Amino acid sequence: MTDQQGTDLNASPDRGGPAQPLVIARALKRYFPIRKGLFGRGKGAVQAVDDVSFTVRKGETLGIVGESGCGKSTTARLLVGLADIDSGDLIFDGDKLGATLTHRELWAGVQMVFQDSYASLNPRMTIEDTIAFGPKMRGVAAKQAHAAARDLLARVGLAPERFAGRYPHELSGGQRQRVNIARALAMRPRLIILDEAVSALDKSVEAQVLNLLADLKAEFGLTYVFISHDLNVVRFISDRIMVMYLGEVVEIGPVESLWKKRAHPYTAALFAAMPSMDPDNRTEVPPLAGDPPNPINPPSGCRFHTRCRFAEEVCATMKPAARPVDGEAAHMAACHVLDPRSGHTMAGAPGLETADA
Amino acid sequence: MSVTAETTMEIAREEVSGSSRGYWHEVFRRLRRDPVAMACGTLILLLLAAVILAPWLALQDPVTGSMIQRLKPVGTPGHLLGTDELGRDMLSRLVYGGRLTLLLGLLPVLFAFAIGTALGVFAGYVGGIFNTVIMRVVDIFFAFPSILLAIAISGALGAGIVNSLVSLTIVFIPPITRVAESVTASVRSLEYVDAARISGAGPLTVVRVHVLGNVLSPIFVYATSLTSVSMILAAGLSFLGLGVRPPEPEWGLMLNTLRTAIYIDPLIAALPGVMIFLTSLCLNLLSDGLRSAMNVKD
Repeated sequence: MTDQQGTDLNASPDRGGPAQPLVIARALKRYFPIRKGLFGRGKGAVQAVDDVSFTVRKGETLGIVGESGCGKSTTARLLVGLADIDSGDLIFDGDKLGATLTHRELWAGVQMVFQDSYASLNPRMTIEDTIAFGPKMRGVAAKQAHAAARDLLARVGLAPERFAGRYPHELSGGQRQRVNIARALAMRPRLIILDEAVSALDKSVEAQVLNLLADLKAEFGLTYVFISHDLNVVRFISDRIMVMYLGEVVEIGPVESLWKKRAHPYTAALFAAMPSMDPDNRTEVPPLAGDPPNPINPPSGCRFHTRCRFAEEVCATMKPAARPVDGEAAHMAACHVLDPRSGHTMAGAPGLETADA
Repeated sequence: MSVTAETTMEIAREEVSGSSRGYWHEVFRRLRRDPVAMACGTLILLLLAAVILAPWLALQDPVTGSMIQRLKPVGTPGHLLGTDELGRDMLSRLVYGGRLTLLLGLLPVLFAFAIGTALGVFAGYVGGIFNTVIMRVVDIFFAFPSILLAIAISGALGAGIVNSLVSLTIVFIPPITRVAESVTASVRSLEYVDAARISGAGPLTVVRVHVLGNVLSPIFVYATSLTSVSMILAAGLSFLGLGVRPPEPEWGLMLNTLRTAIYIDPLIAALPGVMIFLTSLCLNLLSDGLRSAMNVKD
């Protein structure tokens, strides 16, 4: 099946080799200006994504977590080119978007699955037409595109003879999300951004779709960026996890080392908010109080200092830089406590995860 | 593998729900079940047929009358619906008059539908400064009541059929633009439009395939609800002497010229009004039925 589709629409070639990260995001910034008044005078901006840098390696799954409004979805839309980047670079397999890479070329390699399975399907199109639309736009002959669409439907577990001619409202949520995955796959991408793609599904269907995603990743050699607020799901599917708070990356690292040591107090609080499976080990005190601060006017210094229980003066004045955790270069966190020279009284202390156990 | 097991599960779950049919098929099936809409639709179709086939219905000449036959009552042999103040056959004049009245009711809405949809979809999809400019100009037109606007434009352009077509079209562009803009803006924010954009389709293709298909029917339903208003406005313009000129038959104009006969034979004088009332009522009820039939979700 893969070979047959290969003749229809080739995946963009691997140009940079395995060592070249698939995506390098460098100091990405996206502010949404707030317009008020008759002539739209600037009255500040929502700092949705501020100075976010990370890489996505070929073949891995990067999980992005954080509470609502932390910039996860905006980051996703920046990665897929649906939102304009205010400043910073997006480098896809060595090619910089806007310089040596056009949006159209980016979309040949990156596709996205959205959270709302119903809103992401055109209600007036059969699901076969929906899946075949993208390849047709890229010049694949209609007949081939439709044949490939039916193959993909079968691949995501929907019998084509039964489902191909259906409309989105005739499908269940899980089935619709399978269609969305097939639609993304039809473009033969190398990277798929899954923005809360399973969050709206019920638990049993969610597990099925997660298994399907894992199978497809192996079969098509895909790379995922998986955005979710469900830490268990992220742990299951991801190789690395990136934690965002108020438009910034606070911690990034491999799943195991992040699970072992939550170096940033926000990460620790986020993990502590996970419901425990053990009734003797209930979460009785809310690990984090209050709402996130206003992203129009974020706190000075470390953006988390207004809610952090370890906050000291230095946190309000100086922005912490990302530093390796326990000397592990793959695991980085931005907290003054990790920096012995920061002036924080707990700086250099063995770790925080003991403090919230 | 796990996927095959899931497949059978999905199939089993779907066994109950029937096969799928096209959207329009479903709309017409629902419309057929609506007795009011069907009755109104039939009446409109009959009227349209009569109006189109008027020359072949062997009616009397609607323009020439006879002075000795003036204001014969309804039921006079040879004049089924009587005669008007100049002795012209009322049935014939009502049928021929329907031609102009319906034309003046439907055409402006059709033109305004085309222009308003183009403007509204453009404003809603592109947004930004274009949206602001288009929608604020539309707002200016909204400041005037539609009848006043139609009279003002017609008065400026002068009487005549073409001029009243133009003025009515201008009157209906703003409301259709506003509806088109708001539905387009809501569809624009849906994720299937984003998905179409990242498939590499150009903006025109995205609008044609993914936006128009989902905004045309609500705009169309709204436009059909305007036809009755347009007909009444057209009749109003003719009544005021700004539209059709005598001796051409037109319902609004007939209502005007028959005013003087209201003390002699009120029934005859009321007939054109009854026709305007019935036709606009039917158009309204039909568009209502269409609206609910098109609301096929789940």
